[in-house]
Amino acid sequence: MTKLLQWLLGVGLLLGMWACLVWDLVPTQLTPQWKEVVWVAPMYLLMSFACYSLATIGYRVATFNDCEDAAKELQQEIEEARRDLAKKGLKFS
Amino acid sequence: MASKKGSDKYSVLLPTYNERDNLPLIVWLLVRAFQESGHDFEIIVIDDGSPDGTLEVAQQLEKIYGKDNIVLRPRAKKLGLGTAYIHGMKHATGNYIIIMDADLSHHPKFIPEFISKQQEKNYDVVSGTRYRGTGGVYGWDLKRKLISRGANYLTQILLRPGASDLTGSFRLYKKAVLEKLVESCVSKGYVFQMEMIVRARQLGFTIGEVPITFVDRVYGESKLGGNEVISFAKGLLYLFATT
Repeated sequence: MTKLLQWLLGVGLLLGMWACLVWDLVPTQLTPQWKEVVWVAPMYLLMSFACYSLATIGYRVATFNDCEDAAKELQQEIEEARRDLAKKGLKFS
Repeated sequence: MASKKGSDKYSVLLPTYNERDNLPLIVWLLVRAFQESGHDFEIIVIDDGSPDGTLEVAQQLEKIYGKDNIVLRPRAKKLGLGTAYIHGMKHATGNYIIIMDADLSHHPKFIPEFISKQQEKNYDVVSGTRYRGTGGVYGWDLKRKLISRGANYLTQILLRPGASDLTGSFRLYKKAVLEKLVESCVSKGYVFQMEMIVRARQLGFTIGEVPITFVDRVYGESKLGGNEVISFAKGLLYLFATT
């Protein structure tokens, strides 16, 4: 099953259950207060997910390692390489 | 020279286009890394008709380091990465293939780490990651980091690939695994690298990860444009819908 189908199935099931509860397609003993909660649940979950996503991406950007040392080390190695290659007879342009 | 580490041989595929300045440096670093670790290796340079004389420099390197270590397999013109790998693999005598960029953004010092990681659990693929552990980048501004993390997050949510860095191209593959993957992949560019990992999972191959540092010296000159973002999005949706 492709990821697209998995998502469609998952979302379909959840929305199906939500619809059953909210529109009384299935007999339940939910009080009106619970019905209110269920009614707004999808939107609430979506908003929560959006907030979680922003927070996660923000955190990952903030903690993205900056490799200053790697860059410096590379610079030194480049110089060493050029000297060694010149000794071995490489003609740089 | 006798191989000190058993009968494994590592073929490094280096597709090049206009890398006249960087090619000698990356080759020097590769030779040093392999000589220090004692593993048997060869470097296969696949130049796509670079107008700047990359092939001529490659020929000089072949003389300096020997035909066993530097293997030249040039092509007439720019024909794309997937076919470059296929072309390179045809002549590879190693049982493991390492793919990496030739512009010094990937450092050969990580190769011994890739090798030991692979041996840990006999992984089919070892992928370098910029996003985990001690992995990271140099030379990216906030905007670039944001785009990178945002795109990667989206990819993780939609594809759940089991690897943290999907667009990276510093990897070690078992030769048979790479052959199988390249023939199953249809995308190009960034998306090709993504598709390789996704297909690897699909086909049940095991994937290990090693943190790497990515030193971007090129970014300042080649901005991440709207075109690249669009083709990434298209590619992501394609993989989402078909795998």
